[in-house]
Amino acid sequence: MRFGVVIFPGSNCEQDAVHAIRHLGMQADYVWHGDTDLAGYDALVLPGGFSYGDYIRCGAVARFSPVMAEVVRFAERGGPVVGICNGFQILAEAHLLPGALLRNRGLKFICTTVDLRAEESACQWLDRAPGTVLRVPINHNEGNYICDEQTLERLQGNGQIVLRYCEPDGSRAAGGSAPNGALDDIAGICNERGNVFGLMPHPERVVDPLSGGTDGQHFFTAIARRLAEVS
Amino acid sequence: MSTPETLSPEIAPKLAVELGLKLDEYEKVVEILGRVPSVTELYMYSLMWSEHCSYKHSRKALRMFPTQGDHVLQGPGENAGVISVGDGWAVAFKMESHNHPSAIEPYQGAATGVGGIIRDIFTMGARPIASLDSLRFGTLDKPRQRYLFEGAVAGIGGYGNCLGVPTVGGEVYFEEAYEGNCLINAMAIGLMRAENLTRAVAAGVGNHVLLIGSTTGRDGIGGASTLASQEFDEKAEDKRPSVQVGDPFEEKLLIEACLELLDGKLLVALGDLGAAGLTSSASEMASRGGVGLDIDVTTVPQREDAMKPFEIMVSESQERMLAIVTPENLEAAQAVCDKWGLRSTVIGEVTDTGRFVVREGETVVADMPAATLAHDAPIYDPASERPAYLAEVQAFDPVASLEHPEGREALSATLLRLLASPNICSRRWIWEQYDHQVMLNTVALPGSDAAVLRIGDTGRGEMTTRGIAVSTDCNGRYCYLDPYAGAQIAFAEAARNVACSGGRPAAITDCLNFGNPEKPDVFWTFHESVRGLADACTAFGVPVISGNVSFYNESFGSPIYPTPTVGLVGLLDDIEDHCTLAFKAAGDVILMLGRTRPELGGSEYLKVVHGMVSGRPPKVDLVDERLLGELLVTSIRTGIVRSAHDCAEGGLAVALAECCVAGDVGARIDLGDGLPGVVALFSESQGRAIVTVDEDHVGAFKTLAAAHGTACTRIGTVGGDGLVIGDEADVSLDDVRAAYAPTLERLVHGEA
Repeated sequence: MRFGVVIFPGSNCEQDAVHAIRHLGMQADYVWHGDTDLAGYDALVLPGGFSYGDYIRCGAVARFSPVMAEVVRFAERGGPVVGICNGFQILAEAHLLPGALLRNRGLKFICTTVDLRAEESACQWLDRAPGTVLRVPINHNEGNYICDEQTLERLQGNGQIVLRYCEPDGSRAAGGSAPNGALDDIAGICNERGNVFGLMPHPERVVDPLSGGTDGQHFFTAIARRLAEVS
Repeated sequence: MSTPETLSPEIAPKLAVELGLKLDEYEKVVEILGRVPSVTELYMYSLMWSEHCSYKHSRKALRMFPTQGDHVLQGPGENAGVISVGDGWAVAFKMESHNHPSAIEPYQGAATGVGGIIRDIFTMGARPIASLDSLRFGTLDKPRQRYLFEGAVAGIGGYGNCLGVPTVGGEVYFEEAYEGNCLINAMAIGLMRAENLTRAVAAGVGNHVLLIGSTTGRDGIGGASTLASQEFDEKAEDKRPSVQVGDPFEEKLLIEACLELLDGKLLVALGDLGAAGLTSSASEMASRGGVGLDIDVTTVPQREDAMKPFEIMVSESQERMLAIVTPENLEAAQAVCDKWGLRSTVIGEVTDTGRFVVREGETVVADMPAATLAHDAPIYDPASERPAYLAEVQAFDPVASLEHPEGREALSATLLRLLASPNICSRRWIWEQYDHQVMLNTVALPGSDAAVLRIGDTGRGEMTTRGIAVSTDCNGRYCYLDPYAGAQIAFAEAARNVACSGGRPAAITDCLNFGNPEKPDVFWTFHESVRGLADACTAFGVPVISGNVSFYNESFGSPIYPTPTVGLVGLLDDIEDHCTLAFKAAGDVILMLGRTRPELGGSEYLKVVHGMVSGRPPKVDLVDERLLGELLVTSIRTGIVRSAHDCAEGGLAVALAECCVAGDVGARIDLGDGLPGVVALFSESQGRAIVTVDEDHVGAFKTLAAAHGTACTRIGTVGGDGLVIGDEADVSLDDVRAAYAPTLERLVHGEA
């Protein structure tokens, strides 16, 4: 099981993703955004950061990196791809996932640990029972998910909503539980097939109790188990 | 070599004065050159000999600092200091001010402050792993202060978050004394293998001078001389063009490219372009190496048209680095820059003349001995006089002279007022805007006594079990009331914070913020503060390995409080041994270390309740402080300490409330010390800390405390949903949280 973690200019969570995966006993290597050979990788991670400085729409430049055409092909073949934070924004810009990420409702960067509810979904990157509450940090300025009504209905109908921001007991506050104002409290979504997953929270930050918790482990172990079953 | 075109002997001294040189300094330039300077030379000297670059008023006093130690790999004089942390690992760190730019444009001022200090770190060959920020503003009831505060916090976050360097701690105070002159002190820490330590020393005749990173424009021209070396007046707004604009994305690329270049052993030397730009970076590198440099300004990539040679030489455009590269390694070095999308341009070469020659094509525009720029600035012995106000404030006895609240109801209400005070309340509103976790080594979150970081080369190399604890501290009020004692308290508090987290103090950096040193009473406060800090360092055996002096922090003729900020780094042999302030479990026994004395001078209580900053600051006993620190570290290592927190602003009652909030549990306290309630609760006596231990370990802890000669008193038990302190105070946890949590956000939104 070997993960490829893509480095775009301005990525800054790539070393965390690699550390997290290796900490869980699996292989991870860096993939430079200018490379176009993804042979040998079983799963791809687009990490967090500020690709190209996020000076225009987040992810809007990175989607044109040479590696992205290969990432799209990899995903279309059913290869598992996860985009974390800036990686989610890049997946949305590349149209591998629907919708867009706007600036946070309060117009401030937010770094804090939030409660997330696992939803009933097709996502291959999560193996927790629906309703399970996970504690995972968020760290972003543009995490306010939005999409049009038809898309939202489709996401809801297809089981593409993977994670929702919630209260500690798993309920959702009447005025919304998303600290960034995200539509329908959406924290993470997947494509219909479930192999492409984008989320604003950072699971790679919580794989070790020393640095804050272990609730992030599931995402990496789930896809590894799934791939082991298939192969 | 031809001589540059000199200015006319009539105009030159006038321009010199306009640029901030004094007439006798100008005469010294003429003497060094043996002629009237050219315009480029005059600009270069005026900047290098500015207070900001030359330390001409502070240099003598700074010699009081101890700078040696077995673990010191690099002391003051380089871009940053470096200490060994064991197993071949080393950390580089330094703190620097960006006060004046931030007072004019807070977002960019603070952002480029972070950018500048982080460049100082990776210049040494270290990967930046953390930053902290020590901030001072006026009170937030003023709209302009809210603008400065919000802007500076956003700028620090905007820059550091983009770089992926966690902002892990810091401090902030709001005082009228900083209203016209806010302080933005940024500290950065980097990690490296000791053998990768790189110095900015040019060498090798015929080697290339390579400029890496951004283009050069007119932004920030004269920032160091026109901003950092003068007081502010009503024209401050006009100086906005002197403020640099940051590009954190470019800096992120620079970090990665420079570390890759150093890793590949492709560079002879590396330096960053900070204050005074190319002039400072190049002349310092040349003078350290005892070589000359020959630079052609026409080769410098420019972002504006028709820039004059002097503008190119003193521009403070951000995100630029200067490297010395051998001809053999040039191609490989430029390939690394290309990979990261960075511009790299050969702009000159190393010579054996010892002279710094600047050409515009074939025309020489400046030619001077390189070392004279960096080292021959005059060193002053400024007049010093004890300020008149001291006699008056120190004669005031706040305990005896004032009516104090008495009884449970009044004291409880006072405690809640203190917890809501902007100088004490929760800082969460600030640190939630900072990425404080990236790199996965942040073990204690902001809000702890000290930031605790694991030593680990995340995702690239080894993750160790070692750690560092870092704290920045300075209570300007104490320094105003007694600069010598105040500076010692700044050190002592930083040391206590680090010790409460389990760290042994190893070294400090400092950022010394003062008013105009040419005023004898201001200089006296500077000299006393340096003496106090030096004595504290000596008493602890802790060296100063880097630092920065920021003078001219005045506006409309009135100086800020003397603010010698200390950034202290401590070491943990095993990161698992770190400790936090949060009460852990009901039933744990609360012990107070040290003694409470009737000390309300300069206290938060005195300010909040009586609106006064007066009296004498608390006494500080460095021997007791050191023993307390050793007790904390030793006991934390034995594993019996469940929580530890130092007593600082707001006194024992505030410290207890903070432990309760962090642990989400109450406490019952019985002091029985016979002190008046207001003293027992709010005195800011130094040398105190609160620890909790399991009932079974009380005896063992007391034995350890006795062995260290530290007073140790059992004062209560963790538990319940409120903080009850004998007959003095009784507040519910909900009320504590309601007072403590929302203050900053409320004030920023303009609510009272």
